Amino acid sequence: MNTTETNKTPTPAILPPSCKYEAMLREELAKNPRLMVMTAENRAMLRNLPAFAGPRFVDTGITEQCLVGFASGLALRGRTPVIHALAPFLTMRAFEFIRTDAGLGKLPVKCVGFVPGLLSDGNGATHQSLEDVSLMRGIPGMQVFSPADEDDLVAAMPGIIESPFPTYVRYNNRAPVVTHAAKLGVGEAEVLKEGTDVLLLVHGTLFKEAFEAATALEAQGKSVGLVNVRWLKPFDAARILPLVAKAKTTFTIEDHFRTGGLNSVLAEHLMDAGQTAKVHSISFEEKWFRPGTLPAVLENEQLTGEHLARRILGKI
Amino acid sequence: MNASANRFSDLEAMSLRVREHVIRMSGGGGCFIGASLSCVDLMVYLYKRALNVGPANFSDPNRDYCFLSKGHDVPALYGTFAEMGWIERERLAKHLDPKDSLYWHPNRAIPGVEFHSGSLGHLLPVALGVAYDLKMTGSKAKVVVITGDGELNEGSNWEAMLVAHAHGLDNVFVVVDRNQFQANMRTEDLLPLEPLPAKFEAFGGSVVRVDGHDFAALEKGFEELSGRTTKGPKVLIADTTRGKGLPSIEARADRWFCKFSDDEIKLLMNELHGGAAAGIVKEGLTVR
Repeated sequence: MNTTETNKTPTPAILPPSCKYEAMLREELAKNPRLMVMTAENRAMLRNLPAFAGPRFVDTGITEQCLVGFASGLALRGRTPVIHALAPFLTMRAFEFIRTDAGLGKLPVKCVGFVPGLLSDGNGATHQSLEDVSLMRGIPGMQVFSPADEDDLVAAMPGIIESPFPTYVRYNNRAPVVTHAAKLGVGEAEVLKEGTDVLLLVHGTLFKEAFEAATALEAQGKSVGLVNVRWLKPFDAARILPLVAKAKTTFTIEDHFRTGGLNSVLAEHLMDAGQTAKVHSISFEEKWFRPGTLPAVLENEQLTGEHLARRILGKI
Repeated sequence: MNASANRFSDLEAMSLRVREHVIRMSGGGGCFIGASLSCVDLMVYLYKRALNVGPANFSDPNRDYCFLSKGHDVPALYGTFAEMGWIERERLAKHLDPKDSLYWHPNRAIPGVEFHSGSLGHLLPVALGVAYDLKMTGSKAKVVVITGDGELNEGSNWEAMLVAHAHGLDNVFVVVDRNQFQANMRTEDLLPLEPLPAKFEAFGGSVVRVDGHDFAALEKGFEELSGRTTKGPKVLIADTTRGKGLPSIEARADRWFCKFSDDEIKLLMNELHGGAAAGIVKEGLTVR
């Protein structure tokens, strides 16, 4: 009946961190005795962490609901759990647990969604979280972070862990194409370029392609603004709305359904400010994407830098 | 028998007063009276005798925890809290007053409430996090989760049993208010739960089944479980009667959520104290 000792996985040696994200978690675990790392058997970014973290690493198995409830219980005891699962299963299967336990409970559970949006590659629509921003930002008190790349993600996590609020993080480990500004806090956007013809507002996965599009548009003589929006909630309206006012046309670019994502966030803030603007959304409208490798999907969905530049030129 | 009755006479008297509170809360806007009356005795036992928990020691990291996962039983919980002296009895009259926090499901604003509930299948997972941290910090405290039987339809409970067993959370006590009913019907007529002990045991639980209205049996069962060396959670299945204390509404599917008039409440109080059956024949069923 009981598993014998010989059948158990041997205790692994402590190996070096498997990625920058894991290295960051190790530093935070060493600094902060309240920190816990959890997963619903999504270990891709935590490969060598369990041996390092010991009992402060908890794998609940493929149980997203229990993962969130368990984490909320730890938070009730004063712990700060950083929890990991695939973005669609974390935000949708466990939605009500995030909303009702962490959200209503005002508990500092940090929910990290792996392979969000286009990063689900060839998995197909079951794994495509194209509504995660919409769902998570609808929870009172929940913060929503969508980094441009691995550096942006890793630099922001200590501040997210320190923040007293529940937070959803769209895990993005794409290689950086820019050096990011130092010390960007919770709720801060990163303005990379200011321009008067076109403003590109982008969050998450498509930052690289938006950056390439901005470069291509500049090469054609356009004055281009580019913002790494980073935070969907809180949204950096103080930085972004003046840039929208300055540009003739604004584009929101995101691997998310048009409903409820950046385009909606911007519209809400423009309305609150009594500001009008010409805004186009580059997003997924009432459809999932055809799965494949990321480069193939970007090409097929016309989301490469080249395609974006062409699509943008066609609208201005 | 007499010795036993004496030993629990204070609990019996307290249960009677808690049932009075529950009946009063079924006036006005009503409450989930049937399921509340079924778990009065086990709540009174747990808070009065078994657990070291209350508003006075909420900040003590080594105290016990008691989560009410079947949140719709909250009249029994608040009635118990009133009799424990944690909230004023008069405050119960503010049931459903939006200016207070006493409504159909628990709110942490009320002293003694561990965590809000109402959506079923939430607090066993939450309790695991508390239990895990207690073990990490070397505490011997107990974490009790009161669940309904209908609530066991929710898969999250069974996920949590697997996880609790895997992580050796033997400090978790699942107390099932086995009153045989869910909202609209008998549990066995919808998704049969029996044999319930075998189900829990298959998921790694260690089970004791007792009469949930017999204090001596509750004590014996809880103490037996507490003394057991187990790898997984401990499960106390408390066999109870929906509507216990009011024979005229006991074990009736149509006495789930009830809203009674002042006159009807007088009849029910009389019945509770051994008087004639209240004989309320109106359609009492409100599906919620």
